[in-house]
Amino acid sequence: MIGAVVAKAGVSFVNDLFNGFWAVLLIKAGLVLIVFLSAPMVVGYMEHKVLAHMQSRLGPMYAGRFHGWAQLIADGVKFVQKEDVIPSAADRWVFALAPAVAMIPYILLFAVIPFGDNLFAENLDVGIFYVLAASSISVIGVLMAGWASANKFSLIGALRAAAQLIAYELPLILAAAAVVMQAGTLSLIGIAQAQHHMWYVFPQIVGFGIFMVSSLAELTRPPFDMPIADSEIIFGAYTEYTGLRFAFFLLAEYGGIVALSAIASVLFLGGYQPIPGLSFIPGFIWMSGKIGALSFFIIWLRATYPRLREDQLQRFSWTVLIPLALVDIMLTAYFKVAF
Amino acid sequence: MAAGTRDVRTQDGQPNGPPGLGLIKGLLVTLKHLMRRSVTQQYPEEQPDLPPRTRGVIALKEANCTVCYKCSRECPDWCIYIDAHKETHEPASGGRARSVKVLDRFAIDYALCMYCGICVEVCPFDALFWSPEFEYSEYDILKLTHEKEKLEEWTYKVLPPPPLEVGAEPPEEPAPVAVPTAPAASPAPVATAAAPEAAPAEAPAATPARERPPEVELDQETHDRVLAEELAKGTDRRVAEGKARRAAMIEARKKAGGG
Repeated sequence: MIGAVVAKAGVSFVNDLFNGFWAVLLIKAGLVLIVFLSAPMVVGYMEHKVLAHMQSRLGPMYAGRFHGWAQLIADGVKFVQKEDVIPSAADRWVFALAPAVAMIPYILLFAVIPFGDNLFAENLDVGIFYVLAASSISVIGVLMAGWASANKFSLIGALRAAAQLIAYELPLILAAAAVVMQAGTLSLIGIAQAQHHMWYVFPQIVGFGIFMVSSLAELTRPPFDMPIADSEIIFGAYTEYTGLRFAFFLLAEYGGIVALSAIASVLFLGGYQPIPGLSFIPGFIWMSGKIGALSFFIIWLRATYPRLREDQLQRFSWTVLIPLALVDIMLTAYFKVAF
Repeated sequence: MAAGTRDVRTQDGQPNGPPGLGLIKGLLVTLKHLMRRSVTQQYPEEQPDLPPRTRGVIALKEANCTVCYKCSRECPDWCIYIDAHKETHEPASGGRARSVKVLDRFAIDYALCMYCGICVEVCPFDALFWSPEFEYSEYDILKLTHEKEKLEEWTYKVLPPPPLEVGAEPPEEPAPVAVPTAPAASPAPVATAAAPEAAPAEAPAATPARERPPEVELDQETHDRVLAEELAKGTDRRVAEGKARRAAMIEARKKAGGG
């Protein structure tokens, strides 16, 4: 039944408007790129302001005159002007490629995020599989950066990032798998539509918690920011980076927040589905609102909790999250079969 | 969350309650700060609200200076320059000639000064004061050496010290008033008597006649009432306790004074 609905609705609006293969491809790529470049800006600005006010500060106030709205644009201009320094001992090619390898997977994620029944770039039947696979590639960029920098701090940070990814990828995938089992489809649009009657956050509340915690760790966001722990290893794998290359890493981080918030909204909060009774508000506003709310939550956690130690971080994943996720899957399977 | 079976207790010695409660409390703390007005004072547009004892700049009350060189000798940075010469005066009433040191130059090099305040502490005749004024940066480093005329000007910016908190011990004064002998005859009381009128900073302390308030117990009833009122208003517990103690002290004094 769900398959039938997807077949009807799951056509991108771009395909409706244009018919040349290349035209469709270019427009989709352009739109994805625009969203990728603008959404992280909004989240970045939100982080500046929310973090500041949570610490009783004001945050940026001058750039753009009104409450520093243009701060991140000014930052971007500054990053472009900076000298591009490559350490003499660095592995130049790997060093130069690493920021792109870290950033591009997140651009790819944006291609499958649905903002409405037809409002997306691509409807993949294996959507969630693609999302989880692509988001894991990013850590290779971090590893490349850490190794190529020829710097002890960078290497420690990169290896921590890799260890963290291995530890938290598992609960992330297991939590997503439980949702996939309940929805009966891997397609993100299918999952969103399957939540027409009830958001999965209610039956899958444990899975939602596991997914959010693992996303934080995946993004190396506080309190799981051991790989970049600035008070002990400077800035981890990014220590040697300057200018535009550094900006790419930052863009990857904020793009990652948006992407994983979007995935979590689709999996657990009904994606672009409205709250019953409020369906006059269009789907993409619901989706953006949910992404914004989850991003706010991620920033909120950063302002609140101190960083976990490396051993606490590993133990938490292997002894708490993974068993919990396995039990969650078992229960989901049981209820799916029994009812 | 990783605490395991360890018995973690809060500062009150109470058990922590259900696991995860601390995490939620932490989230509420940050959320509360998000809702409050931020405390930032946007300096160039808005003058900062500095406490009267801020270490901004050191002012010199030249009339009080006896050229004892204590400040310049104690200065860790050697940033105080003092030049003086001796003059002898024949007293009109006769007797041997008295020699007096006259200050020629007193300068503080704020490019060297580290604002430790030792000179203000050691000055025996209250000639040096802190002022909260801080906007005296210069493009030329030589201009950061303030001569005594400029240092004198800073005394106009010296603020009186903040009033004592209610319930605080009154400052221990050497109390020249306690000595019943004729004050004008001996030279020592002249110096101390000159200090209060020369130093605006000494204003509240210059009334040593103020009676020491009677020793009283806190008025428990008022304390509990005010505390409950403040807590109901949603005041921070620490602030509420302070206000309650203040009210209880005032009430107790009133009772002790009245009865």
